[in-house]
Amino acid sequence: MSSRLENANPVIFQRSGERLLTGSEADEDVHDPIDDREIFDILVSINDPEHPLSLEELNVVEQVRVKVDDAESTVGIEFTPTIPHCSMATLIGLSIKVKLLRSLPDRFKIDVHITPGTHASEDAVNKQLADKERVAAALENSSLLEVVNQCLTTRNM
Amino acid sequence: MAADSALVLSLVEEFVSGLVDSKAKEAAAAVKDGKFTVLELVEALGQGLTSSQPHTRARGVQLLSDVLNECYGSLTEREVEVLIAFYENRLKDHYVVTPPVLQGLKALTKSSVLPPGSAVSMLRSLFQDVHVQSLMLAERACVYNMLLNLMQTREAELKSLGADFVFGFVQSMDGERDPRNLLLSFQIATNIIHRDYDLGKFAEELFEVTSCYFPIDFSPPPNDPHGITKEELILALRSILAGTPKFAEFLLPLIIEKVDSDVQSAKLDSLQTLAVSVSQYEHKDLADFLEGLWTSIRREVFQTSSEKIESAGLAALTALTSCVSRSVLNSDSEDSLSTFLDLVIKDCNHHLSEPDLKLVWPSAKLLQAACSASIRASHIITAAVMPSLIEQYNTRTQCSHRRTLLEVVQKFIQSVKASNVSENAEDNALVAYRPSLCSMVFSALSETNDSLQITATSVLTSLAQQKGLLEESDVEVAVDQLTKILLTDEDDRVCLAVIECTGALAALHPAQFISKMIPRLKIEMFAVPMDEDSIEASKRPSHHAVRQRCLSALAAVSTEPGVVRESTPVLLELLTAAHTGSVPFTAEDVVLACRSLQRIAEQVQDTEETGQCFHRVVIPRLLSLALQAALQGEDVPRSSPLVEESVLSAVVPVISTSCSRLQPKLAEETASKAVSLFLTGNVSFLPDNSFPSNIQLLKGDSWKQSQLVCLLMGCVCSLPRSVEVPQLDELLCALEDLSCSSSHALSYTAAAKCFAGLVNKRPLGEGLDSLIQRTVKRVSAELDSPNSSVRTQAFTLMIWVAKALLLRYHPLSTTLTNKLFSLLDDADLGSVAADGFSLLMSDSGDVLHRASHADVRIMYRQRFFSENSSKLVQGFHSAQEKKPNYLKALSNIVNKLPKQVQVTELPALLSLLLEALSCPDLSVQLSTLSCLEPVLVDPPPALIQQLEALVSRLITLTSSPAMDVKIGSLRCIHALSHFPAHEILPFRARVLRALAKPLDDKKRLVRSEAVHARGEWFLLGSPGGR
Repeated sequence: MSSRLENANPVIFQRSGERLLTGSEADEDVHDPIDDREIFDILVSINDPEHPLSLEELNVVEQVRVKVDDAESTVGIEFTPTIPHCSMATLIGLSIKVKLLRSLPDRFKIDVHITPGTHASEDAVNKQLADKERVAAALENSSLLEVVNQCLTTRNM
Repeated sequence: MAADSALVLSLVEEFVSGLVDSKAKEAAAAVKDGKFTVLELVEALGQGLTSSQPHTRARGVQLLSDVLNECYGSLTEREVEVLIAFYENRLKDHYVVTPPVLQGLKALTKSSVLPPGSAVSMLRSLFQDVHVQSLMLAERACVYNMLLNLMQTREAELKSLGADFVFGFVQSMDGERDPRNLLLSFQIATNIIHRDYDLGKFAEELFEVTSCYFPIDFSPPPNDPHGITKEELILALRSILAGTPKFAEFLLPLIIEKVDSDVQSAKLDSLQTLAVSVSQYEHKDLADFLEGLWTSIRREVFQTSSEKIESAGLAALTALTSCVSRSVLNSDSEDSLSTFLDLVIKDCNHHLSEPDLKLVWPSAKLLQAACSASIRASHIITAAVMPSLIEQYNTRTQCSHRRTLLEVVQKFIQSVKASNVSENAEDNALVAYRPSLCSMVFSALSETNDSLQITATSVLTSLAQQKGLLEESDVEVAVDQLTKILLTDEDDRVCLAVIECTGALAALHPAQFISKMIPRLKIEMFAVPMDEDSIEASKRPSHHAVRQRCLSALAAVSTEPGVVRESTPVLLELLTAAHTGSVPFTAEDVVLACRSLQRIAEQVQDTEETGQCFHRVVIPRLLSLALQAALQGEDVPRSSPLVEESVLSAVVPVISTSCSRLQPKLAEETASKAVSLFLTGNVSFLPDNSFPSNIQLLKGDSWKQSQLVCLLMGCVCSLPRSVEVPQLDELLCALEDLSCSSSHALSYTAAAKCFAGLVNKRPLGEGLDSLIQRTVKRVSAELDSPNSSVRTQAFTLMIWVAKALLLRYHPLSTTLTNKLFSLLDDADLGSVAADGFSLLMSDSGDVLHRASHADVRIMYRQRFFSENSSKLVQGFHSAQEKKPNYLKALSNIVNKLPKQVQVTELPALLSLLLEALSCPDLSVQLSTLSCLEPVLVDPPPALIQQLEALVSRLITLTSSPAMDVKIGSLRCIHALSHFPAHEILPFRARVLRALAKPLDDKKRLVRSEAVHARGEWFLLGSPGGR
């Protein structure tokens, strides 16, 4: 089993706690805009394809690398593979993209790419993730969809 | 006799040639009745046993065996001997004869007069002449049962067979496939091992025939009538494999192989079997495999994703280590324990120096598992681990690293504890590190990082719970530091942790807290805040927050009577000062002080001393202060906080907890004093006695005085049922009058509750019945006259009395609850009546609960529901305008029912609940959603039939204007996604479309529920999903 893991002893980061509930969120009349933290909270539960850990615990996604503009309906995510040669980078990117497609209103334009300078074949992966048709085609592939769905399945704590 | 011989011949004839099976029973009955003997039967069989046709012979033997099976108890030794000789001989006969022969032999093994030597000869012929595995299922079972019977009664004889017996058994069970027979043969094997049969050179063979089933993989067929479970087989097999050290050399390689497999259940079973087996082994059995086992366990703990496997691996390591620890040290041989632990330490210790990497925790857990195995292991492991952990803690600068290190250290402190059986503190492996550990904790406490401080408090608690790890001087430093944090730290979570820690420490070291902490807290609490605007002050927590913490800390440390003696006077002094206004305490401060008193009363040991403290000091003082406040005229400049409802409601639980928990004798005294105070104005027992003599608290002239009835309630309603309340009838009359006449809400409600609390405990009989009837009459009269000014008061009294009676299953409760049902149509009280059902079904906080010794029967809710649900359904269908009231009442009741009952009752109510979902009343929608949600987790079939209606109503509610309704309906839709896939798949597209809208809701909480629900529905029916 150990031979299959590319990075057997990754650095683990502390999980951020639950978002604190503010008074205005409980108030019916206030409009809460979609903000960075909200998008981040959608992403934190995605599982790593290799480890029984979440992307947050591996620091693959971080709140500072999430940019959202509710008014303009755009989301930009940068994610950081744990090692520069991580072969799972495309898969992780795809999982993030699919999770957002399922969780955000249609009006949003979603951009997912690798944090600059953190992966050997950064450009290739970014290109794949930006290509709508390739993403759609990937999701037609049932074995790929299976892995993505496994990443998106919430673990029973 | 002649007639009997005719009878026997006819029976034989009909059974053997006529193939009438029932004749065997008749023959057995005849033998039992003494009509003929077994010998005569054999003579009569004659031809049947000697026929040249094997089938006829089989039939003949069958009859004999059937009869023996019934009558083995009445045979003589001589008969048995002859029969055994006959049967042994028949084993060599044609194969169709074998099954009845085996049945006959099995019957004979049950005989109590088995001649000596016959067991051996029986088995010899059996093993020699029969190939068990070519028999049918039932015959194989027959053989196993024979063996089990003989093992039960002829153990010595079987053992004289020596290893031949084991060999014979091994041959018989080799290749068995039926789980029923496996259980039997596993039982035999267990007996062989645990009753010390001689395995001779066949240990390996016995291991082979049993271990081939390991690990058990068995799933019983659906509707299996035999009820054999996988668990049963696993445990049976485990007791064989782990039963003897003789198997060690075969079992251990097998375990290593199975742990390495990819099947999760095989890993788990292997690790668990390992943990059980090594408890019997010695070091020499293990020595060759230790390294391999360690490698496998380490890999599982390092890489597993299953907590079960991880904990099985850790348990196995503990078992291994304790096995190695048992080995006796020779002067010339190497120390096997330290060799083994060196291996563990070598593989794990270096991970502890990378506290931010994943493997730090698995490594720590492995080391701790080994550490908890024995005292010697604790010493070896801590000696290897602690210096570097302490060193690292002191050199690292990042708080998250230091926190992880501290947490690891804490787990070591706890795991050493498990092995510390001796009284002698010096034996603790960590004593040598005490100074470093303490200084580590103290330095962490003085950090500014919250989570580091919080971890430090729990390490401190762990240190305190170990003998010899915290000396008095350390406690002194700890108390100082904790007090300092409490008074100056900004973070509330840190303070909560500190308060919890002080509680644990004070229970072990009360003296330090009495002499140092309590006086300091007192000074802080009574200090008048200085200028809060100064820069200095803005960095500190607000004065109010500090006071609040001091009050909680005061309660937390008060578990020992000695501490209580010091802490309660401080709290009473605070209340007095608040009343007189000498220190400007707010009502909120007073409420918190009361909470602290309540908590002390709840947690303190029930001793004479603490009882005296509460009944003779605290309660009289509280009553006195409340009374002084109530008697204050309107002209005083500043009214006392003790007239406020929130404060009085906080005083009530102090009184009720003391009366229900502490010293019943003293509680009785308190009750009689309180009653005389309220009925006759007797104030003689109150301190600071300067009261006027004509006090009439229950007359209701002044609300300030009449509301004090809630204190009376706290006292008399929480007494144990054995304690009698004096002047009960008078008291009940006065309470009834007050509750029906007062116009002050707290006064009439408290009077009604007090009345109800007393009614609940009053013994059954005439007195009680007439009392209830009188009350019902009075209440009905008020409720039936629409112009009455006290309808609300009457309603309140009615609902509380109804609850009091319902809880104890009193037959008259129906009169009152029926009245309540009829009020659902009432123009003014209808909606209040609907809410009243929630009061009936829920536990109230201050009276009528088990803690106050009320008469509460089990399952009163279910009973009420099953007796009354039909009334609600009928009422709903016949109601005109007030339909929502019925739905609200129904959902109030269903909401409080235990889930099992909800599920069984749901089919009948489902249409009504679905109706309630489309009812425009928001509160009805909400409470229906909240009672649906738990039911959806495990949906009853009735619900699945109504899916269409349910789904469409829930979807409609997701666009409700109210946020709570949206959230509730989204949660229900989320729960629906866990229904059986084939039932809900047809709704997938529709639900996904509908859920797109709440994704863009203006409220974040709604969006996040929608995200969760939609994510789950997407996974439904998709590869890799569900």
